[in-house]
Amino acid sequence: MATRVDVTPAAAAVMRSLRERHGPLMFHQSGGCCDGSSPMCYLEGEFRTGASDVLLESLRVEGVPEPVTFWMSGAQFQLWKHTHLTVDVVPGRGAGFSLEAPDGVRFLIRSRLLTEHEQAALADRRPGQG
Amino acid sequence: MTVYAPPGTDGAIVAYESRYDHWIGGEYVPPAKGQYFENPSPVNGRPFCEIARGTADDVERALDAAHGAADAWGRTSVAERAVILHRIADRMEENLEKLAVAEAWENGKPVRETLAADLPLAIDHFRYFAGALRAQEGTVGELDDDTVAYHFHEPLGVVALIIPWNFPILMATWKLAPALAAGNAVVLKPAEQTPASIHYWLSLIADLLPPGVLNIVNGFGVEAGKPLASSPRIAKVAFTGETTTGRLIMQYASENLIPVTLELGGKSPNLFFDDCSSADDEFFDKSLEGFAMFALNQGEVCTCPSRALIQQGHYTDFLSAAVKRVENLKQGNPLDTDTQIGAQASNDQLEKILSYLDIGRQEGARALTGGARADLPGDLAGGYYVQPTIFEGSNSMRIFQEEIFGPVVSVTSFADLADGLKIANDTLYGLGAGVWTRDMNQAYRAGRGIKAGRVWTNCYHLYPAHAAFGGYKQSGIGRENHRMMLDHYQQTKNLLISYSPKAAGLF
Repeated sequence: MATRVDVTPAAAAVMRSLRERHGPLMFHQSGGCCDGSSPMCYLEGEFRTGASDVLLESLRVEGVPEPVTFWMSGAQFQLWKHTHLTVDVVPGRGAGFSLEAPDGVRFLIRSRLLTEHEQAALADRRPGQG
Repeated sequence: MTVYAPPGTDGAIVAYESRYDHWIGGEYVPPAKGQYFENPSPVNGRPFCEIARGTADDVERALDAAHGAADAWGRTSVAERAVILHRIADRMEENLEKLAVAEAWENGKPVRETLAADLPLAIDHFRYFAGALRAQEGTVGELDDDTVAYHFHEPLGVVALIIPWNFPILMATWKLAPALAAGNAVVLKPAEQTPASIHYWLSLIADLLPPGVLNIVNGFGVEAGKPLASSPRIAKVAFTGETTTGRLIMQYASENLIPVTLELGGKSPNLFFDDCSSADDEFFDKSLEGFAMFALNQGEVCTCPSRALIQQGHYTDFLSAAVKRVENLKQGNPLDTDTQIGAQASNDQLEKILSYLDIGRQEGARALTGGARADLPGDLAGGYYVQPTIFEGSNSMRIFQEEIFGPVVSVTSFADLADGLKIANDTLYGLGAGVWTRDMNQAYRAGRGIKAGRVWTNCYHLYPAHAAFGGYKQSGIGRENHRMMLDHYQQTKNLLISYSPKAAGLF
C-alpha cells in the first residue's frame, strides 16, 4: 500500500525507547530556519494541531502500542505533497523541543519523489485534517 | 594571514573552562540533577568542554533569582543602565579577538567573520541601546484643562530569551541589549549546540551586572527550554528558530497570556536585474559578491539569500561569472583568517543539508558547482564541511521552498519586474530579500513589492542596530534591532489624572 511517510529501523528503535520512557508520541514537521525542516517529536497532544494542519500518516511502529501521528502545516504540505518522507535518525544535538535530542540523536527526514503509481493511489486517500 | 591556535592549546589567545554550570543569581550553580553533556567543536567534531544539563528545577531557581532582582533593576536610572551597557561593550571591544576565536571554535564559522562582523555588531548593539534608552521619553496628553494622560514606559519584569546557534553571541545580544536596557531581568537559554561562547562572554562582563539581572540556564529544549517558555512566571518569551517550535512557544504563551517575539526563518530571494551586467565595473563586481553572500556563515543565516533570481537578459553570462566567483571561495580551517567558509555547526545540520542535496537532484535540479560534502584533510577530518553549492532549477522545487541552512543557493530566471516579484513572493516566508539594479525606480518598486520585512537594496547581509529586522508571513512576529525594540520589552503605563477638585456630577 502506498504511504506518504515511512520509518527506518533505527528511527523506529528510538521511537520505541521514547515511547517506553515518556508515553504516546506524535510528530510535527517543521519549516523555516535553524532546525527547520526537521521533524519534531512530542508527546501526543503536546503540540496542538488545528484546521491549518494535515495528518499525513498514522505510523505503525513495531513495539509502539498506538499509531504515531505525523503532521505538517497544510501550506507546507502543498509544497511537499509530491514527495515521500522517511523518518531516519542521525547522531546530533539539536534542537527545538523535540524529545530525542537529549539522547544525542536527531530525527531527520529523507525524501524521494512519489512515483506516478503512488500518487494515484494516494489521491484516493485524502490526508486528514486536525 | 593569521592562523589562530584552537582555544586552550599551546599558543592560543583564549581558553574555555572544562565545564560550565548555570549562571544564577550572580554565581555558578551546578545542575539540580547533576547531569552534564559534552560540547563538541564542529571544526574537528571533538568535545572541548561539558555543559550543565538544565531541568525544570534549575529554571525555577533562575526565575527566583530574576524575580528577586527585577524590581530594583527596573528602578535604576536610565543613565545607570546605559553606562552598564556601555561598559559591557567596552569589555567586549577590549577582548574582541578572544571572543572572535572562542565563537569560531564553538560554531565552526570563519574567524574572519566573527572578527569583522559578529563581534563588532554585537558591541555596537549594546552601545546603540545605551543611547536609544537615554533618548526614549514617555508622552503627555493634555485632554482638557483639568485632565492629563501620562504615558510611561515600564519594564515587563522577567523575560525569557531562547537563543539560536548560528550567531551565538550576536543573537544573544539582539535580545539581551534591548531587554536589559528596558529594565527587565532575564533568564536566557543558549542553544544546546553552542552554549559555551556565551559563558566565555559572561566571564568578561559578569561583574558589571547586579546579581540576578542576567541568568543563564543551559540545556536541551525539551528539558530546559520548555519549562522556561511555559512558565507562568515570565512576562514575555523571545525565540529565534523554526516554525513548529515557534508555534509551540506561542501555544505556551497563550496559556499564560503573555506576548512573544518569534523569528522563524525564511527563504530569501535575491533579485539580479539585467542592468547589473550593463558594465564590467565596480557595481558588477559588487553584484557578484551579493550572489555569493549565500555562503556567508556557511548559509546558516535566517536571511540567507538562498534563492537567486536572475533576469533573463543577462542570465547565462551573470550566472557563469557567479559560478566562477563561488568556485574561488576558500573553504578550510575556520581559525585561519583567510578562510571564507568554515564548518556547519553540527552533525545533524550536516546530514540535513546532504538530504537536501539529494532531493534537489531527484527533483531535477542541476548542480553547477559543489553538491557534496567537503572532506578536509588533517586536523579537520572529523569536521562538518559542505562544498558551496549552486543549483539551477525552478521555484516549485523543495530546494527553492525550504531553508536548507547550508551553503546552497537555488537559481532560476525571471522575465521582468512583475515576474520577478511573483517568484520572489511565491514562498511561505518573508524575512529578507535582496534587490540589485542600477535603476533606482526599479529598485524602489521591487523593494516595496516584495513581501518581506527587510529588503536589502544593492547590498546584503548588513545588520546595523539601527534598522528593524523581522518577518512577514510565516517568518515570525515582531521585530529585532532598532529603538522600537525597547517597546517590545516594555509595558505602557497610563496615568490618567484629574487636577479638578469638582465631582463629575453623575452620582
